Amino acid sequence: MIDRTEIENNVTPEQLAKRTLLPQEKNVKKRRSIVKGIIYALLILTAVICFIPFLMMLVNATRSNDAILTGFTLIPGTALMENYHTMMEYVNIWNGFKNSLIISVLVTLLTGYFSALTAYGFAFYSFKGKNFLFVFMLVMMMVPGQLGLIGFYELCKNLGILDTFIPLIVPAIASPFVVFFLRQYIQTTLHPSLIEAARIDGASELRIFHTVAIPIMMPAVATMSIFTFIGSWNNYIMPLVILFSPEKYTLPVLMGFLKGSQVAQNLGSMYLGIAISVVPIMIAFLFLSKYIVSSISAGAVKE
Amino acid sequence: MKNLNRYGYAFIAPFWIIFLIFNIYPVALTFYYSFTNYSGSGTAEVVGFANYQRLIADSYFVEAFFNTWKIWGVNFALQIVIALILAMIFSDARVKMKGLSFFRSIFYLPNLITVSSVALLFGILLDWQHGSLNMVLMNIGLISEPINWLNQPTTAQLSVSLILTWMWFGHSFIVVMAGVSGISTDFYEAALIDGANRWQTFTKITLPLLKPILLYIMITSLIGGLQLFDLPMLLTDGIGSPDGSLNTMVLYLYNQAFKYNNYGYAAAVAYGLFIITVIFSAIVFKSMYGNERKQARRV
Repeated sequence: MIDRTEIENNVTPEQLAKRTLLPQEKNVKKRRSIVKGIIYALLILTAVICFIPFLMMLVNATRSNDAILTGFTLIPGTALMENYHTMMEYVNIWNGFKNSLIISVLVTLLTGYFSALTAYGFAFYSFKGKNFLFVFMLVMMMVPGQLGLIGFYELCKNLGILDTFIPLIVPAIASPFVVFFLRQYIQTTLHPSLIEAARIDGASELRIFHTVAIPIMMPAVATMSIFTFIGSWNNYIMPLVILFSPEKYTLPVLMGFLKGSQVAQNLGSMYLGIAISVVPIMIAFLFLSKYIVSSISAGAVKE
Repeated sequence: MKNLNRYGYAFIAPFWIIFLIFNIYPVALTFYYSFTNYSGSGTAEVVGFANYQRLIADSYFVEAFFNTWKIWGVNFALQIVIALILAMIFSDARVKMKGLSFFRSIFYLPNLITVSSVALLFGILLDWQHGSLNMVLMNIGLISEPINWLNQPTTAQLSVSLILTWMWFGHSFIVVMAGVSGISTDFYEAALIDGANRWQTFTKITLPLLKPILLYIMITSLIGGLQLFDLPMLLTDGIGSPDGSLNTMVLYLYNQAFKYNNYGYAAAVAYGLFIITVIFSAIVFKSMYGNERKQARRV
């Protein structure tokens, strides 16, 4: 330790970089690179474990039922089209795709717009009962979705909107967590003087919201939209309870339907059906992964 | 200026109208049903606390309660340990691992996939005779006979736990990493000067400072875990086979309501579940922060 500091004090950085390493430093370096190698190997193993179920799915989707029954290989088979036709005979998976997409897109748009509107209302106006309403909303935020499931079903039955998309889309207008997140965001990013300036220029309140607040809130809205979309896309229990007609099924419900249908007899077609439901998400993730990861981090640290 | 504040009501009105109709009213209606014998049609007769009395004595609900905890607990322990190890590896200033964003993406990927697709996929991968997993394990000689994963209570529960771990450790890792990168490097430099080793640095600096993040992960995971439904519903027959080992609380709720038409009782199950969630979230919160407050007072 002592001679090392002496060396570092008396030599220029260039010399320091070129100097021969002390024996124990060499050891440490060597040991460290071995440890590093082992850690990389373990990390890659973990990554493989993460990915292998998807790989099995993709490979098996191209193999015939008989081939799958005889054993597993990583070599793709030739039965892809055959599997596809068998599946489409019983279950129209693209229809489920379309339904899921319609619902998720509308849910995301409604959540984004109305949550921004509500957050803006809470942040920049003072009115009677504001604090009470906000705290009440926070309390309701903690309530798990299943609590009201039975009442929700009865409500939809009485309104005559069972087996429609309405109960899956319209409630998105009220998303407490998104409102909460956006209010925190806009309070720190939008200065009231900007709103004052717009008012003096004669803009209406709604116009101020559209032209001043929305652009500023956009990054936070986008962050929340990713989660809203994923949540809606993956939602299983709600559409399962609300929808009866197979042609209205969303993708997750259709997956359950697939399991109970004739397709389940043909494993190749089953794998293909699952693959079709999974692959688009994987492709979307390829492009969005950085964004999603930073959104998760931001959401957690802000809590 | 004064009259502008009226706009506040207009801005929050759509939210509250929808919130009242589709959120608060159903929750209140469910509460009312939990005191009735409503069966989905006809009139609901008020039966007082009968449903709640039945709930406490219901061995299936108690079983579902413990199943849910077992499945969640194993998964959470594994997931948080893996996440912490990974975070330790990637945040170590001395080792300087590369490829963080690559590994992070791969580890997170399973979390994005629709749970019902995951359930279906593992349902056939874990199949006893024709499942690819058994075939691979037998090919590489790890097992000599196929394991009937989903037909024995212990392995079925373990399978669900492991699938959940597979789905969630990447998410926890991202959150833990976010917490770790928020810790000031001053602490680590001070520890280095004091001659602390990796383990000491980890247990004395990283862990205590990560407490709020770990609490966040634990509570969100707990709330999600207590609502476990998709996997047990689609992995086996939908009523919790084998031997009721995959019977979780929400699965029980769903089946009571929409399979057996016991709406009144299912409503009580929903409130039972809610009370349990609140109690355990409070316990987690207290156990993580209660000590701290006591210590602070002592100082």
